[in-house]
Amino acid sequence: MTPQSGTTSQSGTTSQSGTTPQSARTRYDCIVIGGGHNGLVCAATLARGGRSVLVLEAQSQVGGAAVTREFAPGFRVSACAHLLHLMPADLMRDLKLESHGLEWSAQGMPTTALIPGAAPLTVSHTGAGPDAAAFAAYSERMRRFAQALVPLLSKVPPRLGTSGWSDRWALLGLGWQIRKLGRRDMRELLRIGGMNVFDLLEEHFESDALKGALGFDAVLGTNFGVRSPGTVLTLLYRLAAEFAAGASAMSQPTGGLGAVCDALAKSAVALGAAIRTASPVARIMVEADRTVGVELESGERIAAATVVSSADPKSTFLKLLGPRYLDTGFVRRVNHIRARGLAAKLHLALDRAPQFAGVGAGASRGRLLLAPSLQYIERAYNHAKYGEYSSAPAMEITVPTVNDPGLAPPGKHVLSAIVQYAPYALKAGWQGQRQRFTELCVDLLDSVAPGLRGSVLNSELMTPVDIEREFRNEGGNWHQGELAFDQFFMVRPVPGAAQHRTPLPGLFLCGAGCHPGGGVMGTAGRNAAQQVLKTGSAI
Amino acid sequence: MNSSRTVSSHFKTPLLETPFHARARDLSQVDSFVAWAGYTTVDVFTTVEQEYFAIRNATTLFDLTPMVKYRIAGPDAVPYLNRLATRDLAKLKPDRVAYAIWCNDAGHLIDDGTVFRLGENEYRLCTAERQIDWLLDSAIGFAVTIDEITADIAALAVQGPTSCAVLKAAGLLGIEKLKPFEIGYFSLSGRPLTASRTGFTGDLGYELWMAPDTAEANWDALMAAGRSRGIRAIGSQALNIARLEAGFLSPNVDFVSAEHTIRTGRDRSPLELGLVWLVDFDKGHFTGRRALLAERQRGPRRQLVGLDVIGNKPAHNALLYAAANGKREIGSVTSAAWSPTCKRNIALAMVDAPYFQVGSTVWAEIYLNRELVWERRMSRAGVVERPFFAPSRRRATPPAEF
Repeated sequence: MTPQSGTTSQSGTTSQSGTTPQSARTRYDCIVIGGGHNGLVCAATLARGGRSVLVLEAQSQVGGAAVTREFAPGFRVSACAHLLHLMPADLMRDLKLESHGLEWSAQGMPTTALIPGAAPLTVSHTGAGPDAAAFAAYSERMRRFAQALVPLLSKVPPRLGTSGWSDRWALLGLGWQIRKLGRRDMRELLRIGGMNVFDLLEEHFESDALKGALGFDAVLGTNFGVRSPGTVLTLLYRLAAEFAAGASAMSQPTGGLGAVCDALAKSAVALGAAIRTASPVARIMVEADRTVGVELESGERIAAATVVSSADPKSTFLKLLGPRYLDTGFVRRVNHIRARGLAAKLHLALDRAPQFAGVGAGASRGRLLLAPSLQYIERAYNHAKYGEYSSAPAMEITVPTVNDPGLAPPGKHVLSAIVQYAPYALKAGWQGQRQRFTELCVDLLDSVAPGLRGSVLNSELMTPVDIEREFRNEGGNWHQGELAFDQFFMVRPVPGAAQHRTPLPGLFLCGAGCHPGGGVMGTAGRNAAQQVLKTGSAI
Repeated sequence: MNSSRTVSSHFKTPLLETPFHARARDLSQVDSFVAWAGYTTVDVFTTVEQEYFAIRNATTLFDLTPMVKYRIAGPDAVPYLNRLATRDLAKLKPDRVAYAIWCNDAGHLIDDGTVFRLGENEYRLCTAERQIDWLLDSAIGFAVTIDEITADIAALAVQGPTSCAVLKAAGLLGIEKLKPFEIGYFSLSGRPLTASRTGFTGDLGYELWMAPDTAEANWDALMAAGRSRGIRAIGSQALNIARLEAGFLSPNVDFVSAEHTIRTGRDRSPLELGLVWLVDFDKGHFTGRRALLAERQRGPRRQLVGLDVIGNKPAHNALLYAAANGKREIGSVTSAAWSPTCKRNIALAMVDAPYFQVGSTVWAEIYLNRELVWERRMSRAGVVERPFFAPSRRRATPPAEF
């Protein structure tokens, strides 16, 4: 099918205009709710599978939380995640993102640990001081584990307790992947699988700085401290996704993360999908116990036998669909999904490039971690447990304008930091605390980048509450639901919806709330589309 | 009686007393009390036989205060109840009562109960088991409030062929006009009282709902008004025979709530329990609908049926077989009694397909203890229609004069 006029992405920018209801088609095979990366991947895959697809995005531009937007006059930044490191290389290749305009400002970016009052440490295979040998062995083993878990990410999880052979084969296959590691590695994987990352790293390393840097990756974007159970799982999960993403994993798209979604949108449109922005969905329509389409907040109705929601599971089921079309036990499980955000995003508009003490030109193009020890992270987490923000937060910092000057006016810079921990339900309330927390973060940054405070022209702090409001994800969690053992794989988001299908015929889930979860990955969208195409003819 | 005192000292008095307790204590001749839903209640006052025959021949008083009561109110009360229960409660008119069941997601029965529509958006749900968690989780996304009001209302069942006459004599003006499943508002010596023509005996009867502080005065007034019509207080044992004759199910006896079972396969669906008449697949979604549709397509694997057993020994807990040789086990008895009114040895039993068809023959393995010597009987039993006893007087309006 040919795209509707006004539904194609405008070249080179992230903005798109919604079509007017009068000119719009009123029936599609599939409607995808939400034009974030997962929604767009899903739409593109469905379109390639021969379905007529319409993507409905609430905001005025596609991207969802993977969006680049202006936060101060002339300064632009990736609103949530600021690095691309989880999207599988084959997915990007399949959807021809580079020929649809995706360019890289940096790839294979290094990670540097900032240590207040000491020289920074670059985390890599070659140099890790006294821990060099241990680091090499550790990295090699974690790489093997990650590799074994990769197939788990790219598949729709099996159902438990069924007699279906496809489910049994999938479980056997998972067991085989782990058995294939060999006796020693399998035993080690099973031993560490449920551990906390603090204990794991204590077993291997001496250097506090190295342990802090490695441990922070396990808790970045989660609701955990490094001593929380299950943090080795979150680390392995991240490593597996990075492994699947390929060698140049840690990268910065030119134009920010929004450029990825712009390319995805163009790819989807080229494959035949239509996209409408500024079209928030009010509800999913149901007739005779199956989905028949959606109603927009404007009142306009669009029919489709299949509706795929990339909204988080709580919003999808409790707001867009409504409990009256679902069973009580299922609603109870959805209601219990833990999805509260604990990470904030800090954006600073700077008059000049920040000078991080001891950080060379190469390292400053990369990813800077402010998590000088495991104790530092755990102490930062302590506050969050009691509804306070950290008095000394941990941060993942990038200065995207070093690699991509186009994001700021000439000579000016942008600093983008993921800040932990900042609870969704701050005891004191974010009203009035936002400025104090921003000041605290700027002071902290100034201590590792002397003079930074004086160069701040403008700032923006996105707390989980802001993230919830702007991206319509209940709780403001980065992953549409915590990544934890009890919300993982076969039980993500909840039993009864973990195969992208939902109890309501015709309604599917494709967001980060599904397996394999969050991060700008796109795998959930692709898996969901495959499930729709597989199920589609049967319903 | 002061229930707040007993609640605060629950560790000293684990069972509460109902507002009728002092009267029950006075009338109890055999001191037989049992725990029911957190209250101490009478099992037998005198003898089961005397009490049973009063149900079928005169009037009986049964204290059903421990019946768990919930107030469900709010603008979404109707959609809430229709999503909870399997039948279409939107059709229930104000001042009417409906028997209803509700299931879990798998279409397995959680409980049965009666729904009273007391106003446009106000309902009362009476159930055997406490289940505030299920009711509250069912309320997610609905504008309703749910409160347990069990202790706020004293309840008394007045059942038996002379019950209408007794209530009339006590001064409940117009009680004879009350139709089955209708609710009426009356006064007894100036004390307001709600009556519904409902009950658990399958006979003519009423249930009275009143403020706890009027409970004793009302009990005394009914006892005085009923003296010449054979009024008698009864315990739960006599009631159990009557309910079995009427074919009513007893929770935790004939089925176990799906929220309480631990072993797989012990849950029961409405299709298995013969309650499919309470399931309306066309009213829109309700919890368990999709599972029940699938089960209807498959056909139930077993079903609760009525049995007419040869002989006069109740088939308590009997295993059932396809033939007298006892080789192929096909089910078991859940409730059994000699029915004094029907003069039949009746039972409710869960029977596997295809033996549950009315008219089939099954064999019950009955054990008899004869002065400490156990004997085993294989008794032939026929699968029969329920209820076993359904007198026309239970529905007659106005009821006959006595």
